Amino acid sequence: MVKISLEVSGLEKVFNRRKVFSDISLTMRESDSLTITGRNGAGKSTLLKILSGLLSPSRGTIDFSVDQNPVSDGLRHRYIGFVAPYLQLYDEFSALENLDFFRKVRGLDVSRSSLLELLERFSLAERGAEPLRTFSSGMKQRVKYAFALLHRPPVLLLDEPSSNLDAEGIDAVYRIVDDQKQRGIVVIATSNAEELHRCDQVLDLDRIAPKSSIPV
Amino acid sequence: MHSSRFSPASSIFAKDLRSEIRTRYALNALLMFVITTIAVILFAIGNETPAPEILSGVFWVIVFFSAMSGLSRTFIAEEERGTVMTLRLVARPLSVYAGKLLFNIALMVSLNLFTAVLYGAVITNFRIENYAIFAAAFVLGTLGLASASTIIAAIISKANTKGTLYPVLSFPILLPLLLSVIDATKKSVEGAPFSEALGDLQVLLSYLIAMTVVSYLLFDFVWNE
Repeated sequence: MVKISLEVSGLEKVFNRRKVFSDISLTMRESDSLTITGRNGAGKSTLLKILSGLLSPSRGTIDFSVDQNPVSDGLRHRYIGFVAPYLQLYDEFSALENLDFFRKVRGLDVSRSSLLELLERFSLAERGAEPLRTFSSGMKQRVKYAFALLHRPPVLLLDEPSSNLDAEGIDAVYRIVDDQKQRGIVVIATSNAEELHRCDQVLDLDRIAPKSSIPV
Repeated sequence: MHSSRFSPASSIFAKDLRSEIRTRYALNALLMFVITTIAVILFAIGNETPAPEILSGVFWVIVFFSAMSGLSRTFIAEEERGTVMTLRLVARPLSVYAGKLLFNIALMVSLNLFTAVLYGAVITNFRIENYAIFAAAFVLGTLGLASASTIIAAIISKANTKGTLYPVLSFPILLPLLLSVIDATKKSVEGAPFSEALGDLQVLLSYLIAMTVVSYLLFDFVWNE
């Protein structure tokens, strides 16, 4: 198993003078899993975006290393798989074309048959050649999972993981979470009570008082 | 697993090209803009015969406004579809910049070729006497326009008033390029020797290099947040 370390220290985010959260510190290693919860607007998505490198923190640091080699902020995306409602795929392209495009942009050497296998895992192989605009919201959500797992990331970030999914899709997601726990880090942001205990640890953003540090 | 012969920039270029071929979002609008503008000019001219020097200026006015109506699409479309964050997650900023620049160059070259052929065919008084000057001004002007438009499009794509902001912000930035390219085109229709247009062509080349280097350095800040 790859040795991973994610150390967050004194994280703070301010939007237009409004402090979303402050002084979040946590340490995660391989096989660790964390659920981030809190009311709407507590900063769950913001925290995930910061962890993925999509947003910069207003204050604080994130130290990420793989096999004890520090990974710079600019390269962190290579090790992260991310599923979120605000991460859209290209509607005019098919699921296969989307995956093929992201494979090339990420510089991955993955065969077409592997892409089909990945789609098959989400029961999408038969419709893999159809444009995404013909897909339902739940099917698009499944393609997003295929996109996130394309490069077998050691860190998986899931924002509202079961949104738009049917019972079969939710089961598939929970299997992915359990698999990921065996080989890396998984962080879930959710306000769904059923998902709170999918992970070993819980970070409740509502319970973080300004300027206090909550160990996870 | 991280080894593929496709560079991220060329993949982004190919994706944009394929998307444009499927949706024809920018291309249709640009072609219609060029055709209607040239038709309006034909009606406005009527039986008059404007000086070729004026017509060379009008040619670049058409090119400027058609660029303003279509070149911002490459970034605005990513914002509107919500794919900008996905792209930011998977690609390095410079790969995105290079891919988008290549796409805008391809779009601008095809559009300007179409405009030049149509304009030359229907505006009878627009006759090129020195093709070497015209070709050099055309290539450098087109590349400079594409380079400047790409970074301006990235800047305005996050604004609420994208449509109006784009030409307003572009005009002062593109003015040095427009003045030189119009002057060089004027010399090409007058049949001036190549040496006379060297000054303009040097300005166009310097503009292209400066704009591309500055965009390359700035794009990281524009793209992230």
